[in-house]
Amino acid sequence: MRFASLLRGAALAAALLGADPDRAVAQAAYEPGASATEIRIGNIMPYSGPASAYGVIGKTEAAYFRKVNAEGGINGRKITFISYDDAYSPPKALEQARRLVESDEVLLIFNPLGTPSNTALQKYLNDSKVPQLFVASGASRWNNPKAFPWTMGWQPSYQSEAHVYAHYLLTEKPDAKIAVLYQNDDFGKDYLKGLKDGLGAKTSMIVAEDSYESAEPAIDDHISRLKATGANVFISIATPKFAAQAIKRLAEMDWKPLQFVANVSASVGAVMMPAGFENAQGVLSTAYAKDGSDPQWDDDPGMKKFVAFLRDYAPDGNRLDGATAYGYGVAQTLVEVLTRCGDNLTRDNVMKQAQSLKDFAPDTLLPGIRINTSPTDFAPIKQLQMMRFKGRTWERFGDIMTGDLGN
Amino acid sequence: MSAIDNVAPEAPAIEAVPKRAMTIGTGTSLVVLALLFLVPVFAKNFIIFQMTMLLIYALAVLALNILTGGSGQFSLGQSAFYAIGAYTSAILMEQYNVNYALTLPVAGVICFGAGFLFGQPALRLSGVYLALATFALATAMPQLLKLNFFEKWTGGVQGLVVTKPDAPFGLHISQDTWLYYFTLTVGVAIYIFSVNLLRSRSGRAFMAIRDNEIAASAMGIDVALYKTLAFGVSAGITGVAGGLGAIAVQFVAPDSYTITLAISLFLGMVVGGVGWLPGSIVGAAFIIFVPNIAESVSKGLSGAVFGVLLFLIIFLVPHGARQVAVVCQQALGRLRKL
Repeated sequence: MRFASLLRGAALAAALLGADPDRAVAQAAYEPGASATEIRIGNIMPYSGPASAYGVIGKTEAAYFRKVNAEGGINGRKITFISYDDAYSPPKALEQARRLVESDEVLLIFNPLGTPSNTALQKYLNDSKVPQLFVASGASRWNNPKAFPWTMGWQPSYQSEAHVYAHYLLTEKPDAKIAVLYQNDDFGKDYLKGLKDGLGAKTSMIVAEDSYESAEPAIDDHISRLKATGANVFISIATPKFAAQAIKRLAEMDWKPLQFVANVSASVGAVMMPAGFENAQGVLSTAYAKDGSDPQWDDDPGMKKFVAFLRDYAPDGNRLDGATAYGYGVAQTLVEVLTRCGDNLTRDNVMKQAQSLKDFAPDTLLPGIRINTSPTDFAPIKQLQMMRFKGRTWERFGDIMTGDLGN
Repeated sequence: MSAIDNVAPEAPAIEAVPKRAMTIGTGTSLVVLALLFLVPVFAKNFIIFQMTMLLIYALAVLALNILTGGSGQFSLGQSAFYAIGAYTSAILMEQYNVNYALTLPVAGVICFGAGFLFGQPALRLSGVYLALATFALATAMPQLLKLNFFEKWTGGVQGLVVTKPDAPFGLHISQDTWLYYFTLTVGVAIYIFSVNLLRSRSGRAFMAIRDNEIAASAMGIDVALYKTLAFGVSAGITGVAGGLGAIAVQFVAPDSYTITLAISLFLGMVVGGVGWLPGSIVGAAFIIFVPNIAESVSKGLSGAVFGVLLFLIIFLVPHGARQVAVVCQQALGRLRKL
């Protein structure tokens, strides 16, 4: 026993001597998933099942990492991107996450998609201290560094977007009588909560709210009901198919309130065009990313890089699909974080670098919108800009706003 | 096409107590049990977790097997009972601080009640019509769980996060290992119960109804009672599996219990062999591992690869794992004679 304790003492002394700060910096540090030649990144996407349209994001990310590797990798290390299918099922997502962490030994889980799937992963990944980085969901729960120091979101939360609309209505249209149509799921409810929080004491401005199920074929009845309340503002918290239906239906019914569509449904190609450009004039929304189907970005240098990337590395990627630009932007953010990690590729350092991003601007974000994080702020993108549909394109107006009403 | 045709022809209905038709020999059972018991010694935590899920799905497939293989009734609605069981356990654990082990009997009893009640109207239906009615139950369940009315218990669309239990009595094993042994114990208990149930008077009544309803009622079997009872028992076991699933996954949400789950369980039953209880574990292995294999073959075409594998199995061994087991047994028997 004495011999053992002697050994321990010697080891401790050696460790203390070795803790020379200069040498610690010079030495590379690795944790599972990282080595001198490789960084392994895990990802979970619904390639099959009800949300398979979002699988494009995973494919774009894989293509982006191919591009990074072709250009020499990150600080000389190649990225191995392991992406599994969870079919949008939370138990399957947990199984895949455990496979990635315990069997494939990835450094971090990057951009797993969907609120339910990520809720299932959050506890496990935080308990095992593996970064759950840049979650692909707009729920506000990913920005909670105290309770979940290993989880970070990426896109603006639904709630902060709703705050922006509330702020606009309170200042520009104080006599608003608001009718809200929302999808009955986590997205719709989070958004509605944000709207109510944003209106604060003036929640009574909402005169009607109605929800629809994503399984419904059409939402005409809901809109007739909302019109009957005599509202003069219509907020549609809907996914693209339903948002387009709503805009069209309003025109058919000759109901002309001030219209808002949620940012997820602001795509020119997927919503405005099918709804009919003549019906969509004057519709309001917000944006944080450039829309690939909007001609105003044709000469933008960032978008040109994006289009060149699609041509060279993802020839079947559709630039009109917002998910492609999303995957590109979020992958670029991860590469920035890993580049800043340098040779210290530990999970701890990954989180440290992710929470100290300053004014980082991926190519596909709107001019003026920057990614900023801090140890108490795990919401990388907080800024949005209001926009109005005019002709065949969105016209941005007003300042870049942040989701908090205080600003 | 009904379950009757699927029950392997090797077991003639004349045999009064078809004990062996439903199970495997004691020796083989003990070997399988010993293998399952040893898994955590050699496997990583991730494999242990997968094996836990395998046992849980095996229980759910077993429950469906009692219903379809035992009493000849179809169900595509098992995901609904699985969801009720999962939510019962999760709500009791998280909202009322009940010990996880105690939530399982409650989940079982509640699901037994739900299954028994659902069995009442289902009595008027049979074959594909019954399958459709249960299908409706499965599609309705996720939406019911999202209702505002239940939200303060169910957490609505956000679901509920469940805390994973530590090993008791100061045992120095990981949470995963403990949960595996816990699930294994519950699973073995339910398996023994099921085997004995099917060998009992009630079990014979189930099978009589399966083979010929009119003859069964002529023999004095209360067809209505035993049909609903089969539904109740099946739902109760599924509920226990659901509760275990909630504890293992540490999260319940409406999207976890869609019709896809019900169809997976159905697939598991067919692959394992309809009416052959030990096949449940093979069926569960199929629904857990084959999608992963299909994905590793081709990410874009994983669904198609899965389809091809499933088709091959149904084409080559229509009676599933049971058929393979029978062939092996016959081969062994021939070897012994030599």
